[in-house]
Amino acid sequence: MAKIKLPAPPSNPLVSPKRPGKKYGPSGPLEHAEEGAVSAVGWIDERTSLSGGLRWMMFRKVPKGTNWFYTLGSSTMFAFLSQAVTGVFLAMYYDPSATRAYQSIQFINNEVFLGEFVHAMHRWGSSVMVILIFLHMGRTFFFGAYKYPRELNWVIGVALLVMTMTMSFSGYLLPFDQRSYWATIVGVNINGTGPLVGPYLSEFLRAGPYFGATTLSRFYAIHMLLVPGAIAALMGFHLYLVAKLGTTAPPWIRAKAPEALREEKIPGDS
Amino acid sequence: MNKKQKEQYLRDYGTLKAQGKPFFPYAVAKDSAMAVIVMIVIITMSILLGAELGPKADPTSTTYTPRPEWYFFFLFELLRVIKPPALVPLATIGVPTICLILLFLLPFYDRGPERRPERRPIATTAGIFVVFAIGYLTYLGAAAGPPTEIDIPVPANVRTQGTTAVANFKAGEQVVAQSGCAACHKFGENGNSGPGPSLTRVGARLPAQAIQRTLINPTAPMPSFSSLSEESPKQFQQMVGFLAALK
Ligand code: HEC
Ligand code: HEM
Repeated sequence: MAKIKLPAPPSNPLVSPKRPGKKYGPSGPLEHAEEGAVSAVGWIDERTSLSGGLRWMMFRKVPKGTNWFYTLGSSTMFAFLSQAVTGVFLAMYYDPSATRAYQSIQFINNEVFLGEFVHAMHRWGSSVMVILIFLHMGRTFFFGAYKYPRELNWVIGVALLVMTMTMSFSGYLLPFDQRSYWATIVGVNINGTGPLVGPYLSEFLRAGPYFGATTLSRFYAIHMLLVPGAIAALMGFHLYLVAKLGTTAPPWIRAKAPEALREEKIPGDS
Repeated sequence: MNKKQKEQYLRDYGTLKAQGKPFFPYAVAKDSAMAVIVMIVIITMSILLGAELGPKADPTSTTYTPRPEWYFFFLFELLRVIKPPALVPLATIGVPTICLILLFLLPFYDRGPERRPERRPIATTAGIFVVFAIGYLTYLGAAAGPPTEIDIPVPANVRTQGTTAVANFKAGEQVVAQSGCAACHKFGENGNSGPGPSLTRVGARLPAQAIQRTLINPTAPMPSFSSLSEESPKQFQQMVGFLAALK
């Protein structure tokens, strides 16, 4: 009788091969768990091919001489993330209506567990982020990092700067105390003196010709939806370009050809 | 940069990059250390400084200080530095707009191949100048006196009109002081000399009618005080009377 030959199961290249010196696959709960994790990651990667991008991002080389000044960009991003997280917690209690905004912040400060702490982190985090973004901009300016081929990244950076300042301006009104209320009125009026778009801009901010009840909810929408969304998107593009083009080397570092290449002299060229 | 310089740059950069270290873990370690420092700074500041609230916003109450967040001080100070009213729109939006456009377009007009700061004297000098200008304007903004103090001797013509006139004058002075007008105007020894004109002798310049019109429908950046005139006309009239008496 002829033997029935079953087709071999398709080999899965993503399951790790057997360890050398072992006849069978994983043994023991630990190795089983490890195998499970590997195959789960493999399952996702088979469908998304994310690992390539991750490897491209993480294992690219940064040039010789990269120093502490190069951490300013990522720490700006970190300050932004801190603002985002603390902002979400504040939004859970905040009420953007002219009659209740002040009370809701008072409630955060006085009643909510760690409320004043999170509120303070959000307030002072904004100063820290503004300082960091200016330092980062100064670094890229004095290092000439905006020159070819990174011009576009500079332009995106300036847009990020404008939006960061917009965040500060729109957020300042939200506690709705005297200081923030009147400073914002003056600020919006200053906007109104601008050429061409000035009056329209301040009318848009005010939600009408006068500072009214809808002004606050408009500032709130700008502060927690519109601008942060745009910042996150632009930040992603900024970082993509950083990974794609590589970060600059400090300008005073000179490129030396590798030894092997320098020795190879063209004959007759002494 | 011409084509040859661009190729030269890319070649040099390729060499430097090849001699560099991988982003992970070397750069990631530095970035993480910095992130920890940033976190510590934010947490320390929030514990030490807290997040106090001022009094509740009240469009009719007049005790306010139109002070922006400290990193906008330099923009506000720009208003003070550029005085003539005709130039105020230029100072408020014109100069910042021009600076912003210059900033956006920087890579397109500074196209030289040189990157070392000491070999780019114009760019480096301009950069240092801007840093110092912003620093100085921020300092001026922080050092500006509290805008809620006005101390003007009662003018002779008010004193001759009797005690009610003097009391009204004092009450008006109180309202003006509490309204933060001195943040933008000078009153004798007190207040800031800009962005608004000095009001020490405003009564000689403008009749009460005109002052009232200005307060209700002012030219930006001055805020409108029409809500005050609607909700507490008495205080508003005292304010106008006080200003009109300054001769
Ligand atoms: C944000 C700054 C600011 C604040 C606060 C402010 N002003 Fe003004 N004010 C100005 C500016 C700027 C002008 C000049 C406008 C112009 O010339 O058209 C001005 C003009 C005036 C004028 C007209 C002066 C003239 O010679 O034409 C009067 C009167 C006046 N302000 C009174 C007040 C009073 C009273 C208060 C407080 C209740 C006040 N201002 C608060 C900025 C301000
Ligand atoms: C939300 C704000 C910003 C974030 C999160 C951010 C983030 C980063 C990061 C992580 C880098 C990598 C190198 C480094 O850290 O120095 C970088 C590079 C760069 N950034 Fe930003 N940045 C921001 C704003 C800006 C601004 C305001 C400018 C200038 C106007 C700018 C211009 C540049 C340039 C030109 C580079 C390339 C530098 C180089 O290759 O050496 N960025 N940015």
